[in-house]
Amino acid sequence: MSKDTQILENITQSEYKYGFETKIEADEAPKGLSEDIIRFISEKKKEPQWMLDWRLKAYRHWLTLKEPRWPNVTYPEINYQDVIYYSAPKQKIKPNSLDEIDPELRATFEKLGISLDEQKRLTGVAVDAVIDSVSIATTFKKKLGELGIIFCSMSEAVENHPELVKKYIGSVVPASDNYFAALNSAVFSDGSFCYIPKGVRCPMELSTYFRINAANTGQFERTLIVADEGSYVSYLEGCTAPMRDENQLHAAVVEIIAHEKAEVKYSTVQNWYPGSKEGKGGIYNFVTKRGICLGDYSKISWTQVETGSAITWKYPSVILKGDYSVGEFYSVAVTNNYQQADTGTKMIHIGKNTKSRIVSKGISAGKSQNSYRGLVRVLRRAENARNFSQCDSLLMGDRCGAHTFPYIEVDNPTAQVEHEATTSKIGEDQIFYCNQRGIDTETAVALIVNGYAKEVLNQLPMEFAVEAQKLLAISLEGSVG
Amino acid sequence: MNETTTYTTDLKSRLLSSFSQFEKELNGSISSPIHTLRKDALEQFDRLGFPTTKHEEWKYTDIKGLLKQDFDFAPTNNGVSTSVYDVQDLLIPDAEANILIFVNGIYQVGLSKIVSPSQDIIIKDFTEAYTTHASVIDSYFAKFAAYNTNAFVALNTAFAQKGSFIYVPNNKIVEKPVIIYHIADTSVGKPVSMPRNLLVTGKNSQASVVEVYLTKGEGTSFANTVTEIVIQENASLEHIKIQNEGSEAYNIGTTQVYQVRDSKFFSVTISLNGAIVRNDLNIVLDDQNCEANLYGLYMPTGKTHIDNHSLVDHAKPHSYSNELYKGILDGKSTGVFNGKIFVRQDAQKTNAFQSNRNILLSKEASMNTKPQLEIFADDVKCSHGATTGQLDNDMLFYLRSRGISLEKAKALLMHAFAADVVNQIKIEPVRHYIENAITSRLTE
Repeated sequence: MSKDTQILENITQSEYKYGFETKIEADEAPKGLSEDIIRFISEKKKEPQWMLDWRLKAYRHWLTLKEPRWPNVTYPEINYQDVIYYSAPKQKIKPNSLDEIDPELRATFEKLGISLDEQKRLTGVAVDAVIDSVSIATTFKKKLGELGIIFCSMSEAVENHPELVKKYIGSVVPASDNYFAALNSAVFSDGSFCYIPKGVRCPMELSTYFRINAANTGQFERTLIVADEGSYVSYLEGCTAPMRDENQLHAAVVEIIAHEKAEVKYSTVQNWYPGSKEGKGGIYNFVTKRGICLGDYSKISWTQVETGSAITWKYPSVILKGDYSVGEFYSVAVTNNYQQADTGTKMIHIGKNTKSRIVSKGISAGKSQNSYRGLVRVLRRAENARNFSQCDSLLMGDRCGAHTFPYIEVDNPTAQVEHEATTSKIGEDQIFYCNQRGIDTETAVALIVNGYAKEVLNQLPMEFAVEAQKLLAISLEGSVG
Repeated sequence: MNETTTYTTDLKSRLLSSFSQFEKELNGSISSPIHTLRKDALEQFDRLGFPTTKHEEWKYTDIKGLLKQDFDFAPTNNGVSTSVYDVQDLLIPDAEANILIFVNGIYQVGLSKIVSPSQDIIIKDFTEAYTTHASVIDSYFAKFAAYNTNAFVALNTAFAQKGSFIYVPNNKIVEKPVIIYHIADTSVGKPVSMPRNLLVTGKNSQASVVEVYLTKGEGTSFANTVTEIVIQENASLEHIKIQNEGSEAYNIGTTQVYQVRDSKFFSVTISLNGAIVRNDLNIVLDDQNCEANLYGLYMPTGKTHIDNHSLVDHAKPHSYSNELYKGILDGKSTGVFNGKIFVRQDAQKTNAFQSNRNILLSKEASMNTKPQLEIFADDVKCSHGATTGQLDNDMLFYLRSRGISLEKAKALLMHAFAADVVNQIKIEPVRHYIENAITSRLTE
């Protein structure tokens, strides 16, 4: 046992790889939140009046709301006046081509393993790189443009495609949806916008990389993906932040709209700074993600690997409005040390013959708390709806917790809804089996965990899957029980 | 607790103001320790108020219908003479058992029948028991059922006076079951009753207790019950709760179980009819090697709403719990299942299983399920499963291809579905009674 504990410790001791900070001058808004700050952000981004009005409306609504306390997480009160709502790396000129980007910034992304240099990209992934409050570069824009695909930062979209933004923004996650969505709607700084026209199959993975760099700032990005009839897109999201002792707030909104026969696959590898081993610092990750299958035969699939953040609070959801539409949710959530995660999904079956599938794998180690919270709702007219949910938890160490809160609401007799959940630790017999074949305990645990999470990892695009597997091993280093 | 989670109602203020009348009827006993608890519980009830659907524990159960009713807080003891009641046709036939009958909350000595010798088991009306077994009551009463969090428990505790007291001394095995009938007679108005039961089984003892809730007439009634059960070392208790009241009956009840080392608890909850039926079954496994088995069956039709909440709290290591609840929902009925399993940090080597299966028969029926696991220990095996669906078409086809009519085939399959729970009842006359009730329901 003591040897196991030692190995366990070794594994959890590994350091956060992306904890460095780039020294770069930033253009910042003063601390605090008020209508003036919102006007300041809007002006910085040269937004039209309607956008500003929309933000102000959201802000006024936010003032009437109370911070939700129902998630199974605890954290000290957030002082919303102590956050910087806008921070942008200073760039002398607006870069016309990728060559003009500040070398310091370029180096930052190189260090993170994200090349902005599209010639050198072999993988064929178009990247929108967001640092703090602004998008600094979007690659492969031209190539995508030839197909009619719009892939740019949210600010550019507001400027160049206002009709699309106006039509879809807030249509899935209204500004009044919840506390953090209202806050985001008021102060969102940047994010990615993506439109796939009718019948186009996006030839490459689209990806956004979020980086928090400046201190005391909050990151509030907003992503909007619209897949028109019969189109297909696979979208990736990655994120990291420097190591700091204070907590930083990240409140994002992601909206996905899938029209008839369209398919959107959204993958996230969330690796915000999780805080120190003593539970100091780390990102508060309060995110609203929701997609709507508007048209018949459409499909939205969420895949997430959650390893970072001090606190994670997010429920990527799908509203299955179109008949025969499909929603999927695959999740691996790993918590270690003092991390807390309350995550899951909502599947709202409205259309006939809709299907949803939920596979959630929680792994908790150290002194962390990991909760799955999900809702499957079958409305009265959703004939023949079908849902299958599986949420398993793996516990490593005797001071951590794993919780399951599934809500199942069925109003239609033709629905078939199944839910199952298990909680256990890695079996001694499994470890023994590996040991006996010459595999040491640490490798055995990595092997078993990987096998346990395989069903979800298999859903990730290839490059991401490799990264996620490594991340999983690192996040759990030292947690063998 | 913020304001939106409670109703402000007339019923609440009427209940509060009727307390002084209740005190008067208690005569001299207001100085007893139990009355201090009552007064405390009343304050808690005042503070808690009736929960709205904003309250997480009442998310799917709206008690507005209950609060609208103008119930009669009927004058109690000096009521109608017992011979007026003819309840024999309501009772479980052929049951060789100790029988206690309460009508509108009042113990009916003339109708009741105690057959087991008093050295094996003490069965008494709660009021009477307090004069003979005050020390036992004082050491267990309101110790386990949390009247500071649940408004209905608080309400019951405040008015706790009538109900049954069952005490099995150490090393006694009671062969004959105890059947407690709570009958609401709606011919005299809209009765309210607050039965309070205390069941204590001594070391190495064994007993079975059946609680039956019935209505005479078709009127409105309200029963708010609390049953506290204490199972001592190596004791074993079978507890069966049957609700088959009228369609206008409101029944809200909490069964609070406390188990210590090597004890066994076996529970079956059958809910067949009512306006709103709410069962809270809370079990604390407070020592090693405890075992709890929970079975439930609910078959609402019409506008009946049945809500089953269960909580199994594994506080200590090496315990086992197993739960199976099944529902068949027809008409415009709604069903709720919320099963919680807590495994505390010290409760290593816990095995806990839970399963909830539902069949929706009609377009207007709905089912809300929330199985919940909260686990703070790592060396455990816990699982839960929940399904909601309909009768298997392949099975129906199989039966029909053998010349069985659709109606009969359906009834057969539902019988089989319910049998998993019903067959768990070991007391034969009770099992037959339930089987017959299900049969008549399915052939309606």
